Amino acid sequence: MDELNYKSYRIDAENICVDYHGKVALYDANLRLKAGQICGLVGMNGAGKTTFFNALTGFVNISKGKIRINGESLRIAQQDQSIAYVPQSEGIDSQFPVSVWDVVMMGRYGSMNILRSPRESDIQAVKDAIERVDLMELSSTPIANLSGGQRKRTFLARAIAQRASILLLDEPFAGVDIRTEKLISELFIQFKNEGKTILLSTHDMIHVREFCDLVLLINKTVVAYGETSEVFTPENITSTFGGMSPDVLFGPES
Amino acid sequence: MDLCFLSTNITSFVADPLSHEFMRKALLMSSLVAAVCGFLSSYLTLKGWALMGDAVSHSVMPGVVVAYALGLPFSLGAFIFGVGSVALIGFVKQKSRVKEDTVIGLVFTGFFALGIVLVSKIKSNIDLHSILFGSPLGISLSDVKQTVFISLLVVILLSVFRKDLILYCFDPRHAKTVGINVLFLHYLLLTCLSLAAVVGLQSVGIVLVVAMLITPGATAYLLTDKFDNMTIISVISAIISSVLGIYFSFWFDLETGGSIVLVQTFIFLFAFLFAPRYGIFKFKKLFSSY
Repeated sequence: MDELNYKSYRIDAENICVDYHGKVALYDANLRLKAGQICGLVGMNGAGKTTFFNALTGFVNISKGKIRINGESLRIAQQDQSIAYVPQSEGIDSQFPVSVWDVVMMGRYGSMNILRSPRESDIQAVKDAIERVDLMELSSTPIANLSGGQRKRTFLARAIAQRASILLLDEPFAGVDIRTEKLISELFIQFKNEGKTILLSTHDMIHVREFCDLVLLINKTVVAYGETSEVFTPENITSTFGGMSPDVLFGPES
Repeated sequence: MDLCFLSTNITSFVADPLSHEFMRKALLMSSLVAAVCGFLSSYLTLKGWALMGDAVSHSVMPGVVVAYALGLPFSLGAFIFGVGSVALIGFVKQKSRVKEDTVIGLVFTGFFALGIVLVSKIKSNIDLHSILFGSPLGISLSDVKQTVFISLLVVILLSVFRKDLILYCFDPRHAKTVGINVLFLHYLLLTCLSLAAVVGLQSVGIVLVVAMLITPGATAYLLTDKFDNMTIISVISAIISSVLGIYFSFWFDLETGGSIVLVQTFIFLFAFLFAPRYGIFKFKKLFSSY
């Protein structure tokens, strides 16, 4: 049954492990998401959330396991522009000399020629994306001159311009103003209706209950995964945030 | 009367050196080298590769010596050792628990020391002083050809892959996510760095070439928030520094390489103090547009 249906999963991560120089960051993690699902990724700092994102974008190699995106390998998913990643604010150099327009245009690079010279359709996609995050009047502004929320919207616009079917968002609500938070919430509903699959990490429990159909609790591995109403229980949350690391429980070889 | 005297003086300050063939050549070649290094400088400063630039430029030393001894183009030897040092840094970093900056310092001083030992051992007409401190006034015809060729190559590479390299410096994870070959860009930038170090060392020598690679970019970074402007400012400030540096060295009998770098440092200092938006004394209100 699973073999027949494997293409119906947007994200299919099976027993993935990531280690950095022999230090385990994530082990035996599983995740399956379909079109139109929003999943919250919840865990402590250092629990492996960013590592999970890095594995799904192909930015780090997995040492074990398998990742399928739309039933295909990561390489094909990258070529198909299937995955868009929206970094957390600390993950980028906010002083880098590029404008809002430049950043959003980067969302189109993967489907452009080698010189990355924009076609009419790319320009239109960038315009539409910037309009959707309500930054049109700031489109030529350097990102160094934006507020945290405006910068977050810029990166969301980049993901929109990319027209990816899967959105990975690292702490989308951290450090943003109320206006941006409201706009992101509205966008989530639109994305869901468009059939996009969203995986977002967050520290805010209220956001999980509000947006997420599913929740993935991790602490170096999956602590619990399932429908938010069933899985997001105080017991599970406690064990996610209070649980000991696998090194302590099983010894370093695990 | 005074004004007339002053203008005659300025004219002779500018024109006298130009009557010498070696000075015209030095000015032209150093401007070219400065332009190339200045062009690359924007990328290196934004990527945070100052230490890497220092490492590569010092590591080319044994390559230059061996190439001279064997009668090969010195740029070839320098390039092999420049890229080799970076590969070695990557290897040691990956295979040991020693931190990156330590590995960089360790590898490049090792290469540099090897170069110095080789110079003392290989009996040839290698002038240690000109390798270490540059000799823009004594540049040979074959050096000119190499320099022009390498400069063109770097400029073409940086221009063709300009947007990808900006993205690579800015957000390599996004580049990877949309299927751009990040490893290729990494080595492309390193190649350009090695090549620029090779041409730069003729102007200011191995010891100071890193200044050519980072100071113009750092200066420009204080003056603008647009990448294109940053590149233009970086190139212009690098060329001005080279020209002024050579003039000062001619008139006041100064070491040319040191003189060029010192002018660059002064331009940086000026930007550091008076940059409209990012200087110590912000003149944002005076220059509301930038």
